[in-house]
Amino acid sequence: MIYYLCFILFLIGLYGVCCKKNVVKIILGLWIMEYSVNLFLILLGYRKNGIPPIMSKEMDVIEFYKKAVDPLPQAMVLTSIVIGLGVLALMVTVAIRLYQRYGTFDITEMKKLKG
Amino acid sequence: MVNLPLFIILPFGVAFFIPMVSRKFKWVPDVLGNITTFILLLLSLMTLNQEHVYHIGGWRAPFGIVLVLDGLSCLLLVIINLISFMSSLFSIEYLEKRYTSKLRYYSLFLLMVGGMNGTVLSGDLFNLFVFMEIASIASYALVGFGCEARELEASFKYLVMGNVGSLFVLYAVALLYGKTGTLNMADVARILKDIPYDNLIAFSFVLIISGFMIKSALVPFHAWLPDAHPSAPAPISAMLSGVVIKALGVYVVIRLIFNLFGFNHIISNILVYMGITSMIIGVCLAILQWDLKRLLAYHSISQMGYVFCGIGLGTTLGILGGIFHLFNHSLFKSLLFLDSGSIEYETETRDLNKMGLLYKKMPITSFSTLVASMSISGIPPFNGFWSKFIIILASIKAGRPIVALWAVIGSILTLSSFTKVCRYSIYGKGEKFDKEKWEKLKEVPDFMSIPLIILSILCIFTGLLLIGLENGIFGPVIDVLKGGVLEYINKVLGD
Repeated sequence: MIYYLCFILFLIGLYGVCCKKNVVKIILGLWIMEYSVNLFLILLGYRKNGIPPIMSKEMDVIEFYKKAVDPLPQAMVLTSIVIGLGVLALMVTVAIRLYQRYGTFDITEMKKLKG
Repeated sequence: MVNLPLFIILPFGVAFFIPMVSRKFKWVPDVLGNITTFILLLLSLMTLNQEHVYHIGGWRAPFGIVLVLDGLSCLLLVIINLISFMSSLFSIEYLEKRYTSKLRYYSLFLLMVGGMNGTVLSGDLFNLFVFMEIASIASYALVGFGCEARELEASFKYLVMGNVGSLFVLYAVALLYGKTGTLNMADVARILKDIPYDNLIAFSFVLIISGFMIKSALVPFHAWLPDAHPSAPAPISAMLSGVVIKALGVYVVIRLIFNLFGFNHIISNILVYMGITSMIIGVCLAILQWDLKRLLAYHSISQMGYVFCGIGLGTTLGILGGIFHLFNHSLFKSLLFLDSGSIEYETETRDLNKMGLLYKKMPITSFSTLVASMSISGIPPFNGFWSKFIIILASIKAGRPIVALWAVIGSILTLSSFTKVCRYSIYGKGEKFDKEKWEKLKEVPDFMSIPLIILSILCIFTGLLLIGLENGIFGPVIDVLKGGVLEYINKVLGD
């Protein structure tokens, strides 16, 4: 069920990207999509009453295997957040420069490229 | 034996090193950038016809990260590093006149090259995504490098489209991980082969393929390409059209379809029909253009159609044609973009109407434009002819004469649009031809004309690579694709 909610969040972001005319709102839409994917990844590794995936000497291996959450999605999410931050920074920079050149955030006004 | 991580470490390391030293010495970015791309070219030539699986950190395949070198990766590595060396050689003089910050340019350029090398070598789904993002971010920044209104607009459009594509890919990777519990491509393929095909797998297939199709700009997803490619500096346009859409788009789509999900009749039809639509729509839009670089960008869409069409047929001859066309397209399309760059460098315009009679003033540029135009429109004995001929032959042999017919029509339309280019810019005159300006034109500097000459020579002689047909130089590539899922699993995971 919660996976479907994640997908709905993804679609909300996609709607923002496709239908909004303001540059900032498009960036927000992309950001919502990014977060929904990150949330989905984290939820894949989630386990109720789980323990952190760090094994100490006194733990039993089988016990540990049954209880610990999956660490791989967490590593993936960290990487994907960093990448997302890079893209976001670049996008905001481009948006600021666009505002300097066109004097507006409306994408329907930016139409120097045609054909 | 070449050490595979060098392809990734070397460009990234130099990209990091350049901004540190070049504030004091102005010549550092040029020299370092060119030496790096040259070394990468030599390394990639040394990998030809080798197969190797590198385990990072010594961890065995399903647990650790692997770099896989096989026939297809070899070919793509050679293409990437050849074109990047030519482009960086061309950039030395080109950037001097038109742009300011060389250290940022070379830094981003090497990031892009390293990212693509990583994409081609990676045997792990999440690493594939990471390398693809590195290459994409560098290319977003390079498209908007001039910081003028048009360039920023194109860059933003490319950013939004590209990022949506990347998120589709990430979502699909997450779904596949949830389904199979592993990220290694061979391991995913092994598990997917054994479990029944359900909606979740189909959904992740659609997501991941459409994500990469956005990067490779087939027709329903092509809207960013005609804006982004012309707006970049000319060497970057050559890289984008010549390499990026292949390494990030076509290569990954082929790899995933043939080696991970498995190739079947339905996928074959999808690829062929998408190929035909982009072939025809791309070329029809290209004829209408008067902006030289925009015209070339539309042709990239059309030629990618040929590649997908050939590979989608799935027969040995079809795959050979598709792969050979991919190789040829990277040569002649980057040559054409570099030519457009040197024409822009001298005449300071991209409008075909304002050019004219360039063959008297710029012989090398005009000759190489002519060679590349004949190559792309498929006139014998240039390389483009052989690959298109094989695709057409393969589609007739596969019992699909309609495909062959559309390919011929596309080829004729391509020829007509390049007749227009040659007529207006090189041998004839445009309507707004400016005689006074024309008197002052001269041939471009040496560093810009050397890549043009090398690429023209390659365009003329790479038809010879076809000797021996499927047993020749493209044999290993066809083996990888025909071998399908099973062989890939055996290669990466071992027995």
